[in-house]
Amino acid sequence: MDNTDMVMLDDFCASHHIEISFIQSLEENGLIETVIVDQALYITSNDLPKLEQITRLHQELNINPEGIDAINHLLKHIEEMKQEIAHLRNRLNFYEDEN
Amino acid sequence: MEYIDYYKVLGLGKEATQDEIKKAYRKLARKHHPDLNPNDKEAHKKFQQINEANEVLSDPEKRKKYDQYGKDWQHAEQFEQARQSRQGAQHFGGEGFSGHFDEGDFSDFFASMFGDTGGFRQRQTKFRGEDFQAELQLNLTDVYKTHQQVLKVNDKNIRITIPAGVDNGQKIKIKGFGGAGINGGPNGDLYITFHIINNTGFRRHGNDLHKNIELDLYTAMLGGEITIDTLDGKIKLHVKPETQNETKIRLKGKGFPVYKKDGESGDLIVTFKIKIPVNLTEKQKELFEQLSKLSS
Repeated sequence: MDNTDMVMLDDFCASHHIEISFIQSLEENGLIETVIVDQALYITSNDLPKLEQITRLHQELNINPEGIDAINHLLKHIEEMKQEIAHLRNRLNFYEDEN
Repeated sequence: MEYIDYYKVLGLGKEATQDEIKKAYRKLARKHHPDLNPNDKEAHKKFQQINEANEVLSDPEKRKKYDQYGKDWQHAEQFEQARQSRQGAQHFGGEGFSGHFDEGDFSDFFASMFGDTGGFRQRQTKFRGEDFQAELQLNLTDVYKTHQQVLKVNDKNIRITIPAGVDNGQKIKIKGFGGAGINGGPNGDLYITFHIINNTGFRRHGNDLHKNIELDLYTAMLGGEITIDTLDGKIKLHVKPETQNETKIRLKGKGFPVYKKDGESGDLIVTFKIKIPVNLTEKQKELFEQLSKLSS
């Protein structure tokens, strides 16, 4: 696999002052997916924002992987509800414009 | 620049213990953390304030200095000079109070008291640049066709393609147009939320457009041909004889373009609103009476 679009997790851990075991626990909890290339562990740059967010939540708010999983579910739910509100607002405008 | 009451920011009294400061900080940080409040600028700002308050109050040295000068921070330099000349002690870190002050800038207060660096812990270094959020207001007619537009984001002009059919409130991601990556990491992304103003006589419902058309009684009764506007120009429409009020006609493919599906469009739904004639002449009344008798 081409690793130009990936970030080596050793570098990420060093830069963010986290242990590789934290990354492993995230993967065990199904929060991220890692890729092995030439015996080195990588994460794709598409998944990088998610890993950075998880790292911030862990470091700044002391939230464990299980808590982060719950937060992700709720944030996803909020985003879906926001989209539904936008859709319903557009529908409401449609009926209001009629009158 | 105004004095900032860091105790107030954390909702604490001046006698608060380190444990109480820690608890208050954690509670507020969880509430206002930017990752838990995406796209909420107020929460982002509040989180920075909470961090700054914690930075000062959780550090005994900084807290001592803050408590010592408090509201008299503007005179702290003079106090400090006087103290040094008396005691010959080392002056505390920071740039003093000679910097330029901007009205109401929270961080300037911190910098003026503890210096620009001040030992303030920056958030963790990132590989990837920050994501930018932007809002763009467009008219409905602007998004009827795919077009390019130049946007200014953080003093940089970027040309983006806005696909036809974008909906009101829709958010799109422009990959790589966020903040610059750090240590060779990728750039963040730019998220644009569209606010679409309907500047037309059409009502949009998904990909369909709706329009009410007034139809005179005689065309409704006898049928005929009328010309109506679409967003793509005028078209001729055949009206069947004996068309009823509120009759709907669906014109396939004359609605709004489907987002990111080239060549596909919704429908235009025309609702006929039959207009009853008013101010009838005597002759017209007579003829309607004759029609009425014929019908009964």
